[in-house]
This record gives sequence, structure tokens and C-alpha cells, in this order.
Amino acid sequence: MTVDSVTIALVGSGGAGAMTAGQMLLDAAANVGWYGLMSRTTGPQIRGGEAAALVRLSPTPVHGPGDRFDIIIAFDWQNVERFAAELPLSEKSVIITDPSQGEVPAVLAASGAKQVELPIKDLAGRIPGGRVNMVGLGAVAAIVGLPRAGIDAVIQKALGKKGDAAIQASNAGIDAGSKEAAGWNLGLELAAPNKEGATRWNISGNEAAGLGALKGGVKFCAAYPITPATEILEWLAPNLAKTGGKLVQAEDELASIAMCLGASFSGVPSITATAGPGLSLMTECIGLGVASETPVVIVDVQRGGPSTGIPTKSEQSDLNIAVYGLHGDAPHLVVGPTSIGDCLFTTQWAVHLAEALQTPAIVLSDQAMGQSRAIIDKPADAPHKANRLLATDLGGEAKYKRYADTESGVSPAAIPGMPGGEHTADGLEHAENALPSSQASDHQKQLDKRLRKLTSHDYGDAWADIEGEGEIAVVTWGSATGPSREAVRRLEAAGTKARLVAIRLISPVQPAKLAAALDGVSKVLVVEQTHGAQFHKYLRGHYDLPGAVSVFSRPGPLPIRAREVHETLLSLI
Amino acid sequence: MDTHLTDDVVGPLPGDYKSDVKPIWCPGCGDYSVLAGITRAMATMGLERHDTVVVSGIGCSSRIPAYTSVYGYHTVHGRSLAVASGVKLARPELNVLIFGGDGDGFSIGGNHFLHACRRNVDMTYIVMDNQVYGMTKGQASPTTEADWCESKLTPEGPGVNPIQPVALALACGANFVARGFSNNPNEVARLIVEGVKHPGFSVIHILSPCVTFRPEQRGWKSTVHPYGREPTDDPNEAMRAVLEDDGFGLGIFLAGNRRPFQPGSAATHSIAQIEEGFAV
Repeated sequence: MTVDSVTIALVGSGGAGAMTAGQMLLDAAANVGWYGLMSRTTGPQIRGGEAAALVRLSPTPVHGPGDRFDIIIAFDWQNVERFAAELPLSEKSVIITDPSQGEVPAVLAASGAKQVELPIKDLAGRIPGGRVNMVGLGAVAAIVGLPRAGIDAVIQKALGKKGDAAIQASNAGIDAGSKEAAGWNLGLELAAPNKEGATRWNISGNEAAGLGALKGGVKFCAAYPITPATEILEWLAPNLAKTGGKLVQAEDELASIAMCLGASFSGVPSITATAGPGLSLMTECIGLGVASETPVVIVDVQRGGPSTGIPTKSEQSDLNIAVYGLHGDAPHLVVGPTSIGDCLFTTQWAVHLAEALQTPAIVLSDQAMGQSRAIIDKPADAPHKANRLLATDLGGEAKYKRYADTESGVSPAAIPGMPGGEHTADGLEHAENALPSSQASDHQKQLDKRLRKLTSHDYGDAWADIEGEGEIAVVTWGSATGPSREAVRRLEAAGTKARLVAIRLISPVQPAKLAAALDGVSKVLVVEQTHGAQFHKYLRGHYDLPGAVSVFSRPGPLPIRAREVHETLLSLI
Repeated sequence: MDTHLTDDVVGPLPGDYKSDVKPIWCPGCGDYSVLAGITRAMATMGLERHDTVVVSGIGCSSRIPAYTSVYGYHTVHGRSLAVASGVKLARPELNVLIFGGDGDGFSIGGNHFLHACRRNVDMTYIVMDNQVYGMTKGQASPTTEADWCESKLTPEGPGVNPIQPVALALACGANFVARGFSNNPNEVARLIVEGVKHPGFSVIHILSPCVTFRPEQRGWKSTVHPYGREPTDDPNEAMRAVLEDDGFGLGIFLAGNRRPFQPGSAATHSIAQIEEGFAV
């Protein structure tokens, strides 16, 4: 008998190599044709301390964490109590433990999970250069039925430079773990991989956002590190350079966004990435981008908040500051990717929209997407590129008007280097000719124009991901989409039709489109990862939701699981 | 290339770099003369208007972009150096000048000033120092004397020592540091020309009186004096001399030889090649 999905936690304090083993497991599974997802949980320590690699494998694409862990393998139990709540188990789960590391902690044993002993340390110790994580990897591979060829390729790739001795030690460790586990018959063998179909990628959400920026045409990035957004900047640093772009490490977030505005004013599409606290610091300059009509993209990889909050864990609670946080009336774009792979599409789209509409765009990613790695089908190429409407005929008699009040609201831009287009872009309210003006009529006209260019734009089908039909609908966004999608599919598999509407374009709102998507719906469930139900309140403020509206809203750091959404849906039927 | 100085050669004139916008400054403001110096410097260099970008923050002097006819970006309080760095890093071929005041530059923008000096992007910062927040009607700035008691906000005086902009610039690694006085636009223009021509980040500190809130600054005319030494390329030597100066010496203190910061190179990869790195 095989299963359709296996969820595995590799637990161990710093140095045990749990993350490495998890990464290799995911890579090996990808090599043989499975899909998968790996997230990590760590404490706030910089290096070492408690840590777990959380891996889910499946023959079909994986949308979110599993309902519970099927396998926990612990190289040690250091501080596992601190994140035991992130490791839900049941009596069907299996805890693999090294007897030399002591009893299974009560907080895990209480689940009633089956316990299997594996002398991990002892087995590793018998191998020259042997490491516990390779023994663990071998055991897990045997349990899920991962073909050895997949692992061999990973070992070769990871350790090839270290020489034959390292490869032999790893192989011996994997063999030892595999041999012990071979006879356990735990019933967790994964269904055969389906190798047909498209090229697959192994990518994290943060890498995908970086790639989206490149594909959109970004050529400048100003960076200031902050967890969990830093990997976007670290990925862009070498890759922007490879494509002739530039990344500069700024002195703070204020400088990051200001540098991006400067680069963009000069005509170069620009991006920065941050988390909630950095977004707050950037707010004034984002307002400057709105008023001066300077495109810029800010990726906010949300984390638990407020203040420094829980920097290494996920939440969706920057929604309010992203939408409402600017000063004055400051219409701007807010978009949210709906999956790890979609971080590519949505960031690329944001670059396109920011440039087309000459305004800042905030991309609301989050830690759960950004710092997780998935095996996905290679995303289709999207057509979205930076394509700013540039002014022409600047040599004529009429003086160029930077903020001309056009029908679309988008004014042709002159950028430095274009003779005849000289003007001063201004955050002060201004007249059409870009000169400062405090007149009511100019303020009204320019505000109308800045809003109109957003509301009159045709965003096409990309405004939301819509699936299914029926009278019950889940409305969600961001990384809550994955578990919601899985819950809807379970409901359908059991014979109840349901819809999923995952809104990608958070602002400006699309009332007519959502009304069409929810036509005929009698029950709506809003799913989000906040304490204050920010998304639900946002929807309530801007849309007429049909029928009975319920909310599943919980703060981080515990991820939302498909089982929870599914159970909530069942309770509504 | 002083093309405008002779009658027989047609070249740009200072007026070509002025917009037709009337400044909002008070009568007698030193910034009028600085603006004259700026446009004179632009004409002297024959800068192409469309290849020149002026960036400012907020404050009286930060209004200057609207009064020029080149490309400008009037940004927000304190961020002008960061915005300008973005312009120059993204488009190295552009001439980038930054205008601002003592509050914008050394208080809210202090961190950016520090890092602009050490980053050494090839651009020129003209900071007009009147030792007061003029646009918000007369509060102490970071360069105001500790015992100046004329502000309602600090009736007993700010009580803290003023920043010395030139010494700060030298300490932070600026590559060209000079001081001028607004009363002499020709000299201001000369310093700007030298600063723009010098590779790297140039700081030109200009004493520019606010006769509205600091009428006693009219007396600066008799306080300023030539710095009296030749420019050095040695920051230590410049710092020693600056510390001996009374803060009113006019001239070029440092013309250093640090290499400007300008990352970037030609593309070596297509995006398709980069994408291949993700393939399983």
C-alpha cells in the first residue's frame, strides 16, 4: 500500500545537520520525480539551537503543510518543547528516536504516536567521518521508498568537491540508516512518482520573487537586510549583476527606498525587499513615490509582529499597513502572491504594473512562502515587463507637462537624458506642469488622476486565482491559499462542490470581478493568518460579500493547515 | 570652459539654467545668491540641461530644483542624498547635484550624510547652512550654537554643541570638502565647478544667512575670511587645519583621491540561463 503524501520533520540542534538532510531529501525526491515542500522552523538564535526541517513529499504538487507529521526523526531533542506545537502528531505518526538521546519528550509522546528506535549516533560513529544526518536521511528514504539513484545524484552534487572520502562516508551512513529501516514496514511508502510532464524547478518563494523582479525588467535594487526578506536581496545581488543590473547595500530602509526612487526617476526599474518594520520606515518615501508618480516595487515578506514580533515565523498581519499605512490620500498598488511559485508571477506583475501606472507597488509575501522551498512545475512565462509610457515630441512649442491630466490618468514620463523634458518631480502637491501648488483645484485634480490611473486599469484575470464552483466559497489570499485550496479539493472529492477565490490584487479593489466570482454563493469562508481578521475587515469594507460570511483567522506562527480549513467548511455545510 | 565670459563665443548663460518660477524665499535670504552661484557654475561647465539632475530634500534651500531648468527631484526631508545616490548609481552618465540645508542634511538626513561621505558616489552636495530651521519658522538646527535662545522650542538654547559640517564630512571620508559664503556667488560658482569636476562625493558647505530668524548673520560679511591654504589631498592634514579654523574660513580644504563608488558591469547572462539554475 502506498500513500499520497508524507510529511516528515527532521529535528536536531545546530550542527546535527537536520537542515542539510531535509534539503537533500527534498532534492532527492525531486530527482526521482516527486513534488515537495520544505519549510524550516528555528528559534531566534543566529546559529545553532533548536531547529527542524519540515518536509512534505507527494507525487502531485504540494500546496501547503501536511495536516500532521507522519514521521519525526530526531537527532537530539534539544529544546523541542519550544516548537512542539509546530509538530502536530497523531497515533498514526511515527517517532524515530535515538535511544542514546533519552526518552521521547512527553509533549510529543502524549500524541500516542508509534515509537521506533534507531541508534543513529552509534551507527554514525562506526563509520569514519560518519554523520548522524546521513543515517537519518537513509532511514527516511527507506521508509518512504525513495529510490537510491535520486539520493546518489544529490550526494554527488553536494559533496563532489569534498572528495571520495566524504562521499563514501555519506553513502555508508545512508546505507546504515536505510538497512535498519528497511524492515519496519510502517505503511508510509509514497506512491510512485509521475515523471511525465513539464520541467520542474526547485525554488524558494524569496528566490522566485527575485526572479520575478528580473523577468519584469528590474535593473536596480537597494538592499537592507531583514529577516525573512534577506534572501530576495541575496539572490538578486549576483543575478542582477549577471544581467547588467546593480544592487547596492544601503545604510537603512529609508535609504533603500529613497535610492530606488532615485534610480526609478532616472528611468531604471527598481525594487527593494523588506519586512514589516522596514516597510514602516519606508512609508514616507512610498508616499513620495505616489505623489511624484515614480514607480517602485517593495516586497514585504511578512512575519509575526508588531515591532520585531517573531522574525522567523510567518503571519499575514502587515495587510493593514500595506493598504492603509501611507499618509494622506495615497492610492497605490498592493498585490499578494498565492504560492511559492506565484512569488515569481506576482512580483513580475508588480514590476509591470508599477511601471505602467507610475506608482509604488507593494508585494505582500510572507515567511511561510519566502523561506520555504518547493518542487514545482516550471512556471509558464508571463508577458509582464516594465514598460513605462515615455513622453515624445518634447522639442515642440508646448512646454512639457509631467503631470498632465490625461484620460487614463497616466502621464507620459520624461526621464533625464531626454531634451525638452526637464522638470522637477515633486512630492509637494503640484500643478500639471510639476510646479508646486497648494491650490485646492490642483490637489483635487492630481488626486483624481492618481486614483483614476489605478481604478481604470484593466488588470485582466490575474486579479485572483479562481477554482471550482458551488454555493460555498473560500475567499483568501497569500500563503493561506495553499491550505485553502487543499481543503476545497477535499470537500469536492467527498462530493461537495466549493469555490476558491484567492485574491492576488489586494488594492485597488475589484468589486465587480469579485461579485462575478461569487455569483450564486450562499456561504463565504474567509481564511487568513492574522489575529485581528484584517483581511476579513478589508473585504467587508470594500465588497458586498454574498450570503453568510464566516472567518477562519488565526495569528502566526502556527501555519494554517488544510485539515483546519476543511473542518471549518464542514461545520458550515 | 568659460564660454559665457567672452562676447564672441555663444555658450550657455546662467539664465539658461533658471526656471521662470519666483522663489518663495524671504527678502535678503542668502539662498538667492547661492542659486545665482549654482546657475553660474552650470553655465561655466556648459552642463547639458537634460543630462543634469538636481535633487533636494525639504526646507528653504531644498526648493532650488523648481528654480532651475534642469531635471529635478524635490523629495522628502532628509532623503536627498539617498535619492541622488540612486540616480547616479543607476545612470552614471548624468551630472548629479544635491541641494539642501543644515537641518535636512545633518539632522534627519544625518545618517545618509555619513554614508554618502563614505560611499563616495560621484556627485556634489551643496549644503546651505544658516544654523536655523527657517521653513518651520525659526527652530534650532544641528549647527545652531548651544546658547541661541531665540527659538520658542528651546527658549533656554538647544544646550548641545553644534555639528561642524566640514569636520564631519572629513571624518566620514568625503573626497572633496570646501566652504563658501553666499555673498560671493562667483566664489560659490568656482567651488561648485571644482566640486563637480572632482571625482567622488563633493561636499560644499555654504554659509547662507537667514536674515529673518537670524538677523545677526548679516554680520557674517565681516566674519568670514579666506581659509588661506592650498587644497590638500591628505584628509588628516585637512582635518588638522579645519580644527584650527574658526568655522568661517572659505576655500577648498580637501581634494582627495579616493576612487568613486560605481558598481555594475555589462550583462554576462540571459535570464533563461539564470533560470536553468532552478531546474531539477
